[in-house]
Amino acid sequence: MLNIKDLQARVEEKEILKGINLTINPGEVHAIMGPNGSGKSSLASVLAGREDYEVTGGSVTFEGKDLLDMAPEIRAREGLFLAFQYPVEIPGVSNMQFLKAAMTEHRAHKGLPPLSPKEFLAYVKEKQQLVEFDTQLLNRSLNEGFSGGEKKRNEILQLAMLEPKLSILDETDSGLDIDALRIVAAGVNKLRSKDNAFLIITHYQRLLDYIVPDFVHVLYNGRIVRSGTRELALELEEKGYDWLKEEMHLQEPVQ
Amino acid sequence: MATENEIIQQLADKSYEFGFETTIDMEMAPPGLNEDIIRFISAKKEEPEWLLEWRLKAFKAFQKLKMPTWQHFELPEIDFQQLSYYAAPKKQAKYNSLDEVDPELLRTFEKLGIPLNEQKSLAGVAVDAVFDSVSVATTFRKELAEKGVIFCSFGEAVKEYPDLVKQYLGTVVPHSDNIFAALNAAVFSDGSFVYIPKGVRCPMELSTYFRINAKNTGQFERTLIIADEGSYVSYLEGCTAPMRDENQLHAAVVELVALEKAEIKYSTVQNWYPGDKDGKGGIYNFVTKRGICKGANSKISWTQVETGSAITWKYPSVILAGDNSVGEFYSVAVTSNKQQADTGTKMFHIGKNTRSHIISKGISAGRSQNIYRGLVTVGPKAAKARNFTQCDSLLIGDQCGAHTFPYIESKNPTAMVEHEATTSKIGEDQVFYLNQRGIDTEQAVALIVNGYAKEVLNQLPMEFAVEAQKLLSITLEGSVG
Repeated sequence: MLNIKDLQARVEEKEILKGINLTINPGEVHAIMGPNGSGKSSLASVLAGREDYEVTGGSVTFEGKDLLDMAPEIRAREGLFLAFQYPVEIPGVSNMQFLKAAMTEHRAHKGLPPLSPKEFLAYVKEKQQLVEFDTQLLNRSLNEGFSGGEKKRNEILQLAMLEPKLSILDETDSGLDIDALRIVAAGVNKLRSKDNAFLIITHYQRLLDYIVPDFVHVLYNGRIVRSGTRELALELEEKGYDWLKEEMHLQEPVQ
Repeated sequence: MATENEIIQQLADKSYEFGFETTIDMEMAPPGLNEDIIRFISAKKEEPEWLLEWRLKAFKAFQKLKMPTWQHFELPEIDFQQLSYYAAPKKQAKYNSLDEVDPELLRTFEKLGIPLNEQKSLAGVAVDAVFDSVSVATTFRKELAEKGVIFCSFGEAVKEYPDLVKQYLGTVVPHSDNIFAALNAAVFSDGSFVYIPKGVRCPMELSTYFRINAKNTGQFERTLIIADEGSYVSYLEGCTAPMRDENQLHAAVVELVALEKAEIKYSTVQNWYPGDKDGKGGIYNFVTKRGICKGANSKISWTQVETGSAITWKYPSVILAGDNSVGEFYSVAVTSNKQQADTGTKMFHIGKNTRSHIISKGISAGRSQNIYRGLVTVGPKAAKARNFTQCDSLLIGDQCGAHTFPYIESKNPTAMVEHEATTSKIGEDQVFYLNQRGIDTEQAVALIVNGYAKEVLNQLPMEFAVEAQKLLSITLEGSVG
């Protein structure tokens, strides 16, 4: 589904990604862990097409197409979803209005007509129960005045509605208390299928107790330095990241 | 993926949708401003002597008045002698039915989305169409007359209802109010007149559509609306002009009079040609709009969506004379390219328990300047007067400016005046977030801007709210990267 080859990117003059290789197949859940500043969120941003990031090398194919050649909205319509670490607030635009606009674009991309208001409402209702999303929040302005947990749940609601092929969860666990974390994780688990895939970016192992990954990768200094299964996450939890850093510095020439 | 610069370029290259010109036989006065021209206009319109006298008095005042100096933009030199002060479609005379109107004119209004054919019109909206200086057609007059509502061109009102016109003309905006108002009083050619009788709720929206077409002319129309005791009217004006390299002057005057327990809701969607991306051409829009809540418990509400004009200089105001009267001002002003808008409101609290509410939303893009200027005064007798003002500015890009000049003068210790102001930018983060949900940048900006302006757009009659939303999107098309 997703094929990343030797991906390199920078922000302004700073090299952030220094050659990422990663393949994700349908039905898989991958976790990317790593210390702060290792490039985890940058990877998510580059995949989603944030303008500040300049790709300097490598390639990414998504469902056989060149992902890097697509505008952000096309990537989204093709089925790549990013659950933001910091979802933005848009005053005056109701959550409903926003969801409707997003749905309509996704459907148009597939050559489908917009849902009728009645169909749309029924669809929202169905998905909203999945993530235990408060109906009142649907009529409020998008994310405005939402708590951290409400914002993250709103991300998962959107994920549920848009039914992407690949979902990238960028530190979705940050700022969540344990109850909110459980609800979010339960929502994601319900959405897992053999046809879609998840890339979960997290600093802590905690989220992976609830969303169990098939593969765990450790990102450090712009590269994936280790890949393994769930045990790797547990090992990191136990030992922290320092040992990794030391190990890496031993391997790399001193700059 | 288009870069910011490419998108800005697209915006700049985008043409003004209403910029076409109508070819039609016109009768035009030679350029120049003097007593003879005023006598010529007055004679053309077969006006009574008192009105000519009033015009001449205004002209004398105009000659003594100076151009304002306090506005926050460079006021270009305007040579009043270079303009022509009268332009009218030749075959005008008086139309008994639409069949007699030059079909070219009807087509022009069709093209603008203002069908004058009553069968095709928007349900529940009566339209008075003003082409250059002259009222072309007024729809639904018969239906309105059944309720006693008078809705006609100003010229007809002078002939058919001289007492009403004489009683109220210039009582809200005096002939010597400011240089542009004085100019208008001296040379105004037409406009709309509305009278709503006692206790009548006007059964439909009334609307005037202004179109400047002729070259080197100014447009000087006058609107006078009188809502008698306990009546209600909702009135809307719209406007467009062809694209021209020269600037054109529009100096209108609007006077509203609300008697006891009457309510007037006045909405404007202003879309004069704004000039090109380098600021060439465009309408200078110098407008004086003022209403008086004359009777107790009356209400005047101004709503404006300002998207056009090279320069906008207007401050729809309310004189709150009657006790418990209410004044409202809801405004969205959008500027892009090199447009300049200096706009806001004035609320004069004179009566007891008078209340005013001001919501202003400025949106600046390109290299434009967007200014809110407001004055709230509370007189010594205005016990327990209340005002609330909220001024928000939204910036798009980093080359535009937003400025707020709120003035408050209170001479009554029991008055309460509140002012809130915010400034924000359309964030790349917001746009990217919407992009990531499959919404392209154009639509993302439209969503964000309409969300921002929602409080004001909600005040517009529904058909026009949809129009206004589209207009906002068009004006800002491509202004965010």
